[in-house]
Amino acid sequence: MILRRAALLPGFAVLALCAGTVLVLLMTADGSDGLSRADWATLRFTIWQAILSALFSGIVGVTFARALYRTAFPGRGFLITVLGAPFLLPAIVAVLGLLAIWGRGGVVSAGLAPFGYGPIDIYGAHGVIVAHVFFNAPLVARLVLQGWARIPGEQFRLADHLGLTGWYRFRHLEWPMLRTVLPGALLIVFLLCITTFAIALTLGGGPRATTLEVAIYQAIRLEFDLGRAGFLAAIQTGLCLVIAVAVLGLAAPSDTMRGIALRPTSTIRAKGAARFDKGLIALLTLFLASPLVAVLIRGIGGLAELPAGLWETSVRSIILALSSAILVSLLAVPIAWGLAGLRRFAAVAEGAMMVTLAISPFVLAAGLFLMIRDHVSPFAVALPMVVLVNALAALPFALRALVSAFVNAERVEGRLAQSLGLRGWGLWRIVFWPHVRPALGLSAGLAAAVSMGDLGVIALFGSTATQTLPFAMLSLMGAYQMEAAAGVALLLVSLSFALFALFDRWGRA
Amino acid sequence: MNRFPLTLALTLAPLAVAAQDTPELIVYTYDSFVSDWGPGPQIEANFEAICDCDLTFVGTGDGAAMVARLQLEGTTTDADIVLGLDTNLTAQAAATGLFADAPADVAAPQLPVEWDDPIFVPFDYSPFAFVYDTTIVETPPTSFEELAASDLKIVIQDPRSSTPGLGLLMWVDTLKGDDAGALWEALSDNIVTVTSGWSEAYGLFLEGEADMALSYVTSPAYHIIAEEDETKAAAIFEEGHYLQVEVAGALAGSDQPELAAEFLRFIATDGFQGVIPEAQWMFPAYPIDLPEGYAALNQPETSLLLSAEDAQARRADALAIWRDALSQ
Repeated sequence: MILRRAALLPGFAVLALCAGTVLVLLMTADGSDGLSRADWATLRFTIWQAILSALFSGIVGVTFARALYRTAFPGRGFLITVLGAPFLLPAIVAVLGLLAIWGRGGVVSAGLAPFGYGPIDIYGAHGVIVAHVFFNAPLVARLVLQGWARIPGEQFRLADHLGLTGWYRFRHLEWPMLRTVLPGALLIVFLLCITTFAIALTLGGGPRATTLEVAIYQAIRLEFDLGRAGFLAAIQTGLCLVIAVAVLGLAAPSDTMRGIALRPTSTIRAKGAARFDKGLIALLTLFLASPLVAVLIRGIGGLAELPAGLWETSVRSIILALSSAILVSLLAVPIAWGLAGLRRFAAVAEGAMMVTLAISPFVLAAGLFLMIRDHVSPFAVALPMVVLVNALAALPFALRALVSAFVNAERVEGRLAQSLGLRGWGLWRIVFWPHVRPALGLSAGLAAAVSMGDLGVIALFGSTATQTLPFAMLSLMGAYQMEAAAGVALLLVSLSFALFALFDRWGRA
Repeated sequence: MNRFPLTLALTLAPLAVAAQDTPELIVYTYDSFVSDWGPGPQIEANFEAICDCDLTFVGTGDGAAMVARLQLEGTTTDADIVLGLDTNLTAQAAATGLFADAPADVAAPQLPVEWDDPIFVPFDYSPFAFVYDTTIVETPPTSFEELAASDLKIVIQDPRSSTPGLGLLMWVDTLKGDDAGALWEALSDNIVTVTSGWSEAYGLFLEGEADMALSYVTSPAYHIIAEEDETKAAAIFEEGHYLQVEVAGALAGSDQPELAAEFLRFIATDGFQGVIPEAQWMFPAYPIDLPEGYAALNQPETSLLLSAEDAQARRADALAIWRDALSQ
């Protein structure tokens, strides 16, 4: 038990680090001006767009996951892996992909033009939300799909026997599962949307629809008013902390039962419902895949124009991504094990850990920089700092997946393991590992891919020696090389996806 | 136990090991300056041919953040020179006290405006302008008012994160002062979106998302020379165009002050200036023969530029006006 509490130590270290960076910035202030009216408006927009984004991502994600779970078709496994893809796109690539479809010069506008409609206007709050749904609905679908897979097949069979269909089936079988899985998933989306930056700026259409992150960015990068950045970050993080703890505290605890049949063997379904599911899958796949196809088409032409030195940048990006994945795994496994042992407070504690998502990477980077600059040259440790900040940003995903894996393992196998007297390494290997492995694969894959596309951290203390693919892409765009930049974007997305798929497949094998 | 990946990344990171024999001059600049298509590599070769030194360009992200980066690093910075600030940011940079005066014998630049900054040496410039596609826009606007009255769609940059965005802000401020709000409101239905940097805005324009993008008078030169595409042009406004003047400055804490001074003098020579027109796509700050494609550029008659101090003093008010007007 003591060991298990001690496993939480890295968690405290992470929280202390986050609080420390904000404090360091706050201490540089010579009295903050507080929030102006415009800041309040920005804060309100930041929160409500994040709430709406989370809600819509939830609706789309759950619908998609449900249809996917109930439908068998060739390529289903592949589609589930590909579902990770939108989430892995660097924001700027995703925005350009989305605009190729939904923009004023996009496919949809071009298709409407002959009929006298359009061009459609994607810019504004609705554009920001559409982009967030594109990004995050697949993530929700992935997280929820795991929940569906945990409903024992016996329950579906029992439901068949009892003739439960439609609403009743949903109400008694699926809703209880969703109540345990969905709040955490929605919370992650909400927190991700809070720190949105490039998406809100480009698709928001102007200062009407920008987030507090833009104000933080301005404070750090333009005004160099670190105290104000710390003040804004403290407000943003504090608000998110309250919301995170409340949501996870209110979520129903997981109550998985032991089943033998993992997939439903037969289900009574009307033909119409099956067709409806297939249509839904096709429609949502089209929504999610079309911007990806646009990125692909734009990029292929540019592949021929990739600069010669790019392989070095690619290798650096891959090493960074792998390091983040390893670090996040080393942090998350003990923390999740410790959290799962907390029982009553597990949810609240996990909520607290989730704020690493809500802390602006700029704030984290600037705070770290100030903390260490008197001791080591920040240059020499720029890459490790990037790894650290990215790992912290990925930690909440890892915990989300891992905590429930540990809880599940203990619920399902705990008694059997106890009666067999399994302890120590044996307990880990036989009881925990089969549950933890898929979660670890998914979270390490997400961490690797997200670090690959990260722009935020390096923006503050990067250098030529730390140039990564996203920056190579931006600097090509800055030199009018739009085609080559599209090529780099394609390379970046392919590598991110390959890393993600590698980890994810390893986990699910 | 968390050490492992850190050490891994640390050992694999190409650590900046200074060459011991030849002195090294470290120049901070923005990323696109040092990219393969930027002027950095050629300028490095030209300077190293005459200086018996090792010139290292360090790309530090984008221009808007360079001053903040320097302030973060403070006196611990490795940089000897910072290259790529524009005049809207030099007052803030000078106020850090980190910069040294330029050597007195740097040649006087040839700019459309007077230049007497003791610290910073200009290396290129261009008037800001809205660039359009001549096959789509037949009669380009000749003033902000005409633009606002038209139904042309434009894409601009956020002044809080981008130097052209800041340039546009100061342009409107110079022309309209405290009445800028009315103009911004009139423009708001023309603005498709506000991007975080020049690259995104120009990319969106080329993708057909907008009729015009805020860019430079010199941008069409890229399309004329590199792509043999003569369909891009800059709309010329009669009231005049605000300039972006990009400058370099030496740091007071440099361990290579003489080399730094030599580099600032080098900026005024052909070895530096000759690379600018076809790699940086800006006007050189010192007279050289321009490539043919530059002759075809539309050029404004009047150039506008606030002094570094005025630009700094006006920024907060201008930003507040911009934000309020576009938030309606």
